[in-house]
Amino acid sequence: MTNDSLRIGNYTFQSRLIVGSGKYKDFAETRAALDASGAEMITVAVRRVNITDPARDNLLDYIDLERTTILPNTAGCYTVDECVRTARLARAAGLTDLIKVEVIGDDKTLFPDAEATLEATRILVKEGFTCLPYTNDDPIMARKLADAGAAAVMPLAAPIGSGLGVCNPYNLRIILEQATVPIIVDAGVGTASDATVVMELGADGVLMNTAIAGAKDPIVMARAMRLGIEAGRLAYRAGRIPRKLYATASSPLEGVVR
Amino acid sequence: MMIRVRGPDATMDIQLNGAPYTCGDQTTVETLLAALNLDPERVVVEHNRTLLERGESLVRPLSAGDVVEIVTLVGGG
Repeated sequence: MTNDSLRIGNYTFQSRLIVGSGKYKDFAETRAALDASGAEMITVAVRRVNITDPARDNLLDYIDLERTTILPNTAGCYTVDECVRTARLARAAGLTDLIKVEVIGDDKTLFPDAEATLEATRILVKEGFTCLPYTNDDPIMARKLADAGAAAVMPLAAPIGSGLGVCNPYNLRIILEQATVPIIVDAGVGTASDATVVMELGADGVLMNTAIAGAKDPIVMARAMRLGIEAGRLAYRAGRIPRKLYATASSPLEGVVR
Repeated sequence: MMIRVRGPDATMDIQLNGAPYTCGDQTTVETLLAALNLDPERVVVEHNRTLLERGESLVRPLSAGDVVEIVTLVGGG
């Protein structure tokens, strides 16, 4: 089988699963889930150090940076300025120029502010970042973000942490049909079959955090997601049969002993 | 002409991570990180909205009223 790696900007990955590092019980669990998932990229957030009680442990001590690419995000940002400032802080950590561009429009749904996301992406692309904007499932927005120079576009399946799976497969199909850059579905996945559906539609990858970290057994779910995504990708490449209203027999019609 | 004499215990007030903070008036970014027990390789510093890039000198004196942000990478989705 030909090489089926995922290329985003100057980065190449064998795994099409990207995981988040939030909401775990502790760093050891984060590391175990990352290992079980087979993911080669993990998101991190940028936050003020707690001056009065700086944590002794650092998340990065638990991640093998030789095997895993860090993807900083601008989570928690509600304006273009906050997003750009956070992205610059992230890059100054010296690990990567990748950035998940996230500008939130509403704290209940955590839906992205599309306008601000596009503006921030334009600014950050000009500053040389490899941008992966988190966006809604609007094909027009996806196209604008790609035209603005995003290295990949990341439409949501459903609200962050909602576990609803793909709410609008039709929009996602249109986005995939028109895509000029990799499309990574980010947010809303709940279980392995959701991830499989995403890959069967033809997405280039899936990003998830809560689906794994919030599962009763995150390590087992991480493995399930790994397999689900591999299965979905293979099914997509295999070319499924069409859906039909009526039956087509699988066994020969002639030669039955009556 | 007014001459201001600085004693060894002279302090100054800055804004650190969004809250008031008092430090010695000879504090530099480097000594501030040391006083806070922070590894310079694991944090990123912004001094009066100027981002200090990796490899840049942290021997940067602070002044009263300066705004300092010290951030790090943490778990997130």
